[in-house]
Amino acid sequence: MARRSHVQTTINGETVEFLCEPRQSLLEVLRDELHLTGAKEGCNNGNCGACSVILDGRLVNSCLVLGVETEGKSVETIEGLAAPDKLHPIQDAFLENAALQCGICTPGFIMSAKALLDQNPNPTEHEVRYWLAGNLCRCTGYDKIVRAVLDAAAAE
Amino acid sequence: MRDFSYIAANTIPEAVALLDEKGENARILAGGTDLIVQVREARRDVNWIIDIKSIPEVNALDYNADTGLVLGAAVECYKIYADDAICKGYPGLIDATKIIGGTAIQGRAAVGGNLCNASPAADGIPPLIVLNATCVIAGPNGEREVPVEQFCTAPGQTVLKNGEMLVSIKIPAPESNSSSFYLRFIPRNEMDIAVVGAGASVVLDDTKQTIVSARIALAAVAPTPLFAEEASARLAGREISDAAIDEAAEAAKAIARPISDMRGTAEQRTHLVGVLTRRALNGAIQRVREAT
Repeated sequence: MARRSHVQTTINGETVEFLCEPRQSLLEVLRDELHLTGAKEGCNNGNCGACSVILDGRLVNSCLVLGVETEGKSVETIEGLAAPDKLHPIQDAFLENAALQCGICTPGFIMSAKALLDQNPNPTEHEVRYWLAGNLCRCTGYDKIVRAVLDAAAAE
Repeated sequence: MRDFSYIAANTIPEAVALLDEKGENARILAGGTDLIVQVREARRDVNWIIDIKSIPEVNALDYNADTGLVLGAAVECYKIYADDAICKGYPGLIDATKIIGGTAIQGRAAVGGNLCNASPAADGIPPLIVLNATCVIAGPNGEREVPVEQFCTAPGQTVLKNGEMLVSIKIPAPESNSSSFYLRFIPRNEMDIAVVGAGASVVLDDTKQTIVSARIALAAVAPTPLFAEEASARLAGREISDAAIDEAAEAAKAIARPISDMRGTAEQRTHLVGVLTRRALNGAIQRVREAT
């Protein structure tokens, strides 16, 4: 077995050190080593977006990043979004619009929406739909999710 | 996922030496959106993964109006379409970078990786072919260059020998009165693999009524992306007309040798080659005419 590597990275603003095997994805490191279980494993091949996180400011599928690649980088996950006493506006908008049912896809959708609003605070519905095309939902459907993201944009 | 070792190389010579030493069980990691899935699903035997993203040359994104574009092998799609000069000069390449996967894939996936993955359906390759791109390859014996249409040799296979890696892709400066276009047929709006893809580039004369030269390339209708050489040559010197475009589309259909699979039948794919070739050519012509 390949040696475990020591990796230092920043997760949700805090410096974090961990050991991981080269074959462990960032998703596996987050969930199994760091116990940040917000990001979900859906397809594990880059189609479903349930594992979406923000890596150095870019939206990525954490199942398609190796843990060892994050040395010196900055990772944002759903756990870092809410303030201690207050949800993030995107989270509020998802609740207000009932934009979730089972919740498996929700952390991915919210991180994807955050990455969109970080770079485009006033997207059109068309832009929201194309940006979120890499996130799949199998119960709510997309309409409420798109409305929630547009509401969050209007609220921010 | 199977066990492997990971090394981040910092220079081209270091990466080449590692590739040479480790042989066929070593693979280059750029964006990883194909490689990590292939290793996880045991579709490639990989014992060594060599991450090249710290190497300056593979991150080059240098455009010069006289000499053209040097596109490093690991430059992600989103960086390409964020560059205004590249959007203006090579719109056919931009068409492809915006439809490869979704946002999260475009944040990691590189056009160079799309090329090295050598999928017959790769959206990134037909635009490179029609833009006359050249692959810059580094190996134990130094550098060599290969026209992009000769780079893929079979599904998942390329001309890269053990010890060799793609460093960059060179695209000539756009000629005046030229443009390019890429499109694919998919049954969804987004996040899908081409049933057929077609790219075209054209150079028009100053009246914008006559084609000086054209290049057409196809995806997902053969074991590798194809340069439709004869179809392209038929357009040289022709006045723009539906008849000329139709003739090129028929010539493109003649070289398609598609398979039938879950995405479409061979018959449908051959038909689509005609439709998409016409649309790609007309799209490129329209872009020349609309340019200011």
